[in-house]
Amino acid sequence: MKGFRYLENVVTLKLDQPTCIGCGRCIEVCPHQVFSLADRKASLSDRDACMECGACALNCPVKAITVDAGVGCASGIINEWLRDHNVGKVGGSCCS
Amino acid sequence: MISESVPGFIEWLETPSGQIPRLSSRLQISDHLGACKARWGIGRMSYIVPPGLYAIGYPSATDPVLVTANYKMSFDIVRQALSGRNVWLLVLETFGINVWCAAGKGTFGTGELVRRVTSTGLANVVSHRRLILPILGAPGVAAHDVARRTGFSVSYAAIRAADLPTYLDNGMVTTAKMRELTFNFYERLVLIPVELVMALKSVAIIGAIMLLLLSAMGNPAAGFTALTAFVGACISGIALGPLLLPWLPGRSFAIKGAVVGLLLSGLFFTAAGGSAWNGMVIGAFFFALPAVSAFYTLNFTGCSTYTSRSGVKKEMRIALPSMAGAVIVSFVLLLAGRFLL
Repeated sequence: MKGFRYLENVVTLKLDQPTCIGCGRCIEVCPHQVFSLADRKASLSDRDACMECGACALNCPVKAITVDAGVGCASGIINEWLRDHNVGKVGGSCCS
Repeated sequence: MISESVPGFIEWLETPSGQIPRLSSRLQISDHLGACKARWGIGRMSYIVPPGLYAIGYPSATDPVLVTANYKMSFDIVRQALSGRNVWLLVLETFGINVWCAAGKGTFGTGELVRRVTSTGLANVVSHRRLILPILGAPGVAAHDVARRTGFSVSYAAIRAADLPTYLDNGMVTTAKMRELTFNFYERLVLIPVELVMALKSVAIIGAIMLLLLSAMGNPAAGFTALTAFVGACISGIALGPLLLPWLPGRSFAIKGAVVGLLLSGLFFTAAGGSAWNGMVIGAFFFALPAVSAFYTLNFTGCSTYTSRSGVKKEMRIALPSMAGAVIVSFVLLLAGRFLL
């Protein structure tokens, strides 16, 4: 995204190119222009721009894309950690 | 349930699947006021319109079907953008949550879309088989599943409703710009009021404890200074960090927040005549405040349009212990200053 870059080399996005049928859906749904298409195969041209929203993986008709998608906010993740350790919920989370 | 009291109701339109409300594209003062209140967190969770099928203009069986969420602000933005057109508007039950957040939760999702297409009898209302969705709804909707289950194909049109007129006029072609997320100053600014409101409770409680504690120790003036500094650090983390986001150094939100907190602490220190304080207090001041500020700016990752979950997790693993450490050091310094000097 113009003017903004987040941490490098952290995202969980993976594309299995041999499975790809080149339909271009991932390019349509990605709001950060992570994918490009050449010779009927998608590729990850800007992987670090991925925000792990999961739109590409969900919309890929042959399941060639995987990503650990989910809430990306600090309070949401704190609540998740607390829930995993059975501490209960503290404060609100985003998007609630 | 859809009734004559839905926002923007003009009249009923007869269709093969029953009566459908025809909507005005012009927003009333009450709509603008409602949006403003929702931005400040007032009645935000009940800012809802009934899900179902609506008409804008006088749509026929061949006119396009656009899909949105039942958060009233989303509904209003979309109907306003479609002023002067003949379209169908299919509103999904997202429980008053906007498209993007609802897609993340899955309520703006394949299941609800399929259910709503069926329950509204859409296939009898229109002769074509195409649904137009916002791009930010894609994290919840599997287009190929919707096609398989309803016979309707899904087109992801644009990120912003404001691009819908151009999209419709250009033969439903999405340009690169319509697909590109932004996070400009104004887009960040409108998110801040509700963040301030949500933080108010915890800020008030911690602030009150600080004031009481220092007053009990016989120094209400120091209590008041500490309170002001603390509230300032919170505001700089919640408002200044996000506003200055692209200009603050580093990629980590916590570092950006710490920097803005440090800047504000410096200003406050100068304004409050901090050079007269003892060394321990000065140390405590410059440890605690940037940590508070960093915490709140880190929390803004939830509002940002480009941070990934893995990235936030990574920074939290480093930032949270650092913040806690800074606050502890700050306490130790204060106590040492009181009992040792």
